[in-house]
Amino acid sequence: MTSETSSPAPAARAIDLRKTYGSGDSAVHALAGVTLDLEAGRFTAIMGPSGSGKSTLMHCMAALDTPSSGAVEVGGTDLGRLKDKDLTALRRERIGFVFQAFNLIPTLTASENILLPLNLAGHKPDQEWLDTVIEAVGLRDRLGHRPTELSGGQQQRVACARALASKPSIVFADEPTGNLDSTSGAEVLSFLRRSVDDFGQTVVMVTHDAVAASYCDRVVFLADGLVVDEIRNPKREQILEHMTRLQDLAAARTTQA
Amino acid sequence: MLKLTLRNLLARKVRLVMSGLAIVLGVAFLSGVLVFSNGLSSTFDSIIYSSTPDGVVRAEQTASFEAGPTQTTQTLSPEVVAELEELPEVARADGDVVGIGMSLLASDGTLVGGTGAPTLAFNHTDGPNMAGEPPMLLSSGRWPAAADEIVLDDAAADNGDYDLGDEVKLLAPFGDSERTATLVGTAEFNGGGTAGATLLVFSTEGAQDLFLDGADAFHQVSLTAADGVTQEQLAEAADTVAPSGFEAVTGDQVAEESQDAVGQFLDVISTFLLVFAIIAVIVGGFIIVNTFTILVAQRSRELALLRALGASRRQVTQSVLLEAVVMSAVAATVGIGLGWLLARGLAALFRAVGLDIASDALTLDAGSVIISYVVGVGVTLVAAFLPARRAGKVAPVAAMRADSAPARDSLRRRTIIGGVLIAVGIVFAVIGITGGPGPDSLWVGIAAGIWILTAAAISSVIGRPVLVLCRGLFGRLFGTTGRLAGENALRDPRRTGATASALMIGLALVSTIGVLATSLNASVDDVVDEEFTSDFLVQSTNFLPFSTSVGDDLEAVDGVATVSRQQWTGAQVDDSTVFVTGNDAAFDDIYELDMVEGRQQLQGNQALVTTGFADDHDLEVGSPLTLTFLAGKSLDLEVAGIFEGSETTGDVSLPLDLLADAGVPRQDTSLSIMLEPGADAVAVGNALDEAAEATPIVAVYDKQEFAESIRDQINQLLYMIYGLLALAIVIAVIGIVNTLGLSVIERTREIGLLRAIGMSRTRLRRMITLESVAIAVLGAVLGMVIGVIIGVLLRQALKDDLTSLGLPLGQLLVFLVIAVVVGVLAAILPAIRASRLNVLEAIATE
Ligand SMILES: Nc1ncnc2c1ncn2[C@@H]1O[C@H](COP(=O)(O)OP(=O)(O)OP(=O)(O)O)[C@@H](O)[C@H]1O
Ligand SMILES: [Mg+2]
Repeated sequence: MTSETSSPAPAARAIDLRKTYGSGDSAVHALAGVTLDLEAGRFTAIMGPSGSGKSTLMHCMAALDTPSSGAVEVGGTDLGRLKDKDLTALRRERIGFVFQAFNLIPTLTASENILLPLNLAGHKPDQEWLDTVIEAVGLRDRLGHRPTELSGGQQQRVACARALASKPSIVFADEPTGNLDSTSGAEVLSFLRRSVDDFGQTVVMVTHDAVAASYCDRVVFLADGLVVDEIRNPKREQILEHMTRLQDLAAARTTQA
Repeated sequence: MLKLTLRNLLARKVRLVMSGLAIVLGVAFLSGVLVFSNGLSSTFDSIIYSSTPDGVVRAEQTASFEAGPTQTTQTLSPEVVAELEELPEVARADGDVVGIGMSLLASDGTLVGGTGAPTLAFNHTDGPNMAGEPPMLLSSGRWPAAADEIVLDDAAADNGDYDLGDEVKLLAPFGDSERTATLVGTAEFNGGGTAGATLLVFSTEGAQDLFLDGADAFHQVSLTAADGVTQEQLAEAADTVAPSGFEAVTGDQVAEESQDAVGQFLDVISTFLLVFAIIAVIVGGFIIVNTFTILVAQRSRELALLRALGASRRQVTQSVLLEAVVMSAVAATVGIGLGWLLARGLAALFRAVGLDIASDALTLDAGSVIISYVVGVGVTLVAAFLPARRAGKVAPVAAMRADSAPARDSLRRRTIIGGVLIAVGIVFAVIGITGGPGPDSLWVGIAAGIWILTAAAISSVIGRPVLVLCRGLFGRLFGTTGRLAGENALRDPRRTGATASALMIGLALVSTIGVLATSLNASVDDVVDEEFTSDFLVQSTNFLPFSTSVGDDLEAVDGVATVSRQQWTGAQVDDSTVFVTGNDAAFDDIYELDMVEGRQQLQGNQALVTTGFADDHDLEVGSPLTLTFLAGKSLDLEVAGIFEGSETTGDVSLPLDLLADAGVPRQDTSLSIMLEPGADAVAVGNALDEAAEATPIVAVYDKQEFAESIRDQINQLLYMIYGLLALAIVIAVIGIVNTLGLSVIERTREIGLLRAIGMSRTRLRRMITLESVAIAVLGAVLGMVIGVIIGVLLRQALKDDLTSLGLPLGQLLVFLVIAVVVGVLAAILPAIRASRLNVLEAIATE
């Protein structure tokens, strides 16, 4: 991959990443040696069957979990060398995260939620950047509201804005549209797309939805804890085709076993 | 359902332990106090019964003077004793000599005992108690035989650092005050110990030398009944022989009278302690309410599922109540055990101040155990009742709802009811202050009770401003972390308020007491300022009379112009006991009484009385007044003046020499010293101190020292009360730990999210600590405001005694600091728990 001079420097990379739960016969290899570069300024989707290790990969790369072996680099920093305190600071300053649900602190307003990582870091927010993000997320008139007063889609957009507020090296989103209807989902996805195109952000998203994946520049397919396939500039049909193939493969394996 | 309840309990061990702890402590205090009180009275009972014979011949009216510090001068001759012994109903008669006011000095000259428990001096005889056993048992040596021999109780010999054969130093209340005797043995009451009293046992001859000027006579006679003769028959027969002025009574009656006299004093101690135990239990009850409310709220989904599966409302309510019963029964059991230890602790504490309780008297009796269980389980059930009912009301559909918080009944209703109750309290307080019927302080006390309980119920409403202030302050000081903490405290105001209530009750009481004590101190200063008109005052540490030789010594000090002598004693007027003060002629030169009628200077058989005494006995200037003294002699007096009561004299004031006529042995209770003009007060003060050194029971005070000595006593009591209220505060801390712990569990996901987006462990801990501090400060501020208001009103109601209002501003500040510390401490466990949460697992929690 290093030979691909056209591709920009990676915002984050995983090198032979392994994560094993349990031991002996009952050991589960959630990640069985994943090597992956996530290029800066790109919107990457990670897809794969349930249990294939997508979330585990995200958590390891976002410094929320520690791998059993292998290395993770975010913005050139090797996470393996960091202590909890530095990992926390790294999450706060260099990584944005959007979960499937429950992304916001219920006692804080939308704008306070957006500013939370910055405030925790004690950094002065870059007002211009914030304005841009808030404008893009389209919630200027809702900033004073608490999460319970926002719709699910609005909450996820606030979460995206929060993830971007600190200008992170990379934003991880684990099924950010999983709980949303297609319209709200589209709002969130187009916002993520814009943040890559217009602001040069790096976004990685786990999704099961081919439509969602079609917003991305690249789709990486995972199966049984390994990267098995990838497509660049995918079309929806292409993605569906790959997914079906993967599922067939998996089905064939289970019948074999 | 029972199985499910038990499983529920076991599934939440930590919560169980924490909520149980509040009950454990409350019950422990209660049962500890009950066991201690029982031990206290049984200690005295066994001493009283083991030292009382079948019957006693004694001076009439002895019983009514039980507490008086006066020595009787009426005596019985040995012939009477012999006559009594000859009666067929009497097996043996022993003449007793009883000395009052004798003190024991340690080998280094300091006073032994003298605080709290009395020093008893008497002669040793072989007469048995009513059970036929010797009333006292020797621990070492032998009984005194010669006049200059003495037996002490074990503790006294120990404290005085005396061994057998040593010369024991004594301080007599009469004449030549310094005496010595050789220690020949040590002993204890047959009933066990001495309850802290110091015992001086002499031979009959020795006691007669000391207390009867060597006359062969007795103060009373102990009778032992012949075989088959009842106590009543014995007393009846002895009465025929008793000379006039004496009476024969049964041993049972003597014992009962002693029990009554001691009982009043013991009741004060027991009631005092019991009040604090009840406070602790009430505070514990608040915590139970809160814990169960939170538990029910957190489990409402599960409860709804039960309902959806067909459990009836009653079954759900009962299952929660059953949980409460099981938990409180376990907690009460632990509490009773702990209480038994606490009783030992209390006993050790009282031993330190001179009240010795036999440790085998501290037994868990059935009564205490039953009361403790009933209170522990009862309070828990009452406290859990509302939450349990709320649990029954959870609708089955709630199982399907994402938001598990049950519908809240509006705060408005509470606010309105609370407002009405506070208004009712105000009415009571106004009645109290404007002098309604009955004692003013009772009215204010009722108002105080209403206010405290109402404030506890609506603390969520009235506490809001405090929490908003905390949020602002924390936000400013600690940024986002502080802001989040403030928000969390405000998020469920009812929970925060209920948690703070426990602390509020404790601090309200502490502040009330603080205001009263400070006012009392200020008032003491007022009184001393106004009434301490001599240059120096000499009194014994426990206000017992002392030998006139002390005054003689002080008179001889250079620079002393006058020593005015005053003697206090008790006398009977129309069946009630009154404090009578004999003043010498110099008194009028030093003290100016606030005369309402008549004049202060007295001639012949004249007396002054206070306005209160005059009202009680319908006296005016010129009225006759008859006082009967312990010696049986009476004084016929004429009221020459009525004065406003003061600390310088008792209710009746008369010329000192009249007391001697009434058969009261001449002693001094208080000496007022005036210096010669131009004398150096400091130098003379030192000389006076030196002259009084040989008599350690008295102290020489100047104005400042005197006020200080009173303040010291007040503060000692104050700190004791603070110490007892500290338990309520400990229980309140448990409440905060509990609520925070439950909140952390409830907010697991949120905490995970905060950690995920970059909140460090340190900040997370700080956030929880600040929330805890907010709760504690809320409780403290509400409690202090209410406490100060109550204190000020009570002071107003008691303004006759508490002439000045004092606000303990320094102490209030300390309380606030303590509240903050309490908050920090209470947060330790929940904060550690929160910061240990695994980020990923926390996020994944439903
Ligand atoms: N804490 C854990 N303990 C044991 N096994 C785990 C744990 N977390 C994940 N696994 C296992 O690791 C594997 C990968 O899980 P992961 O959550 O990464 O899958 P996923 O691809 O995100 O699936 P989904 O699409 O359902 O979210 C699964 O087999 C899962 O059972
Ligand atoms: Mg997943």
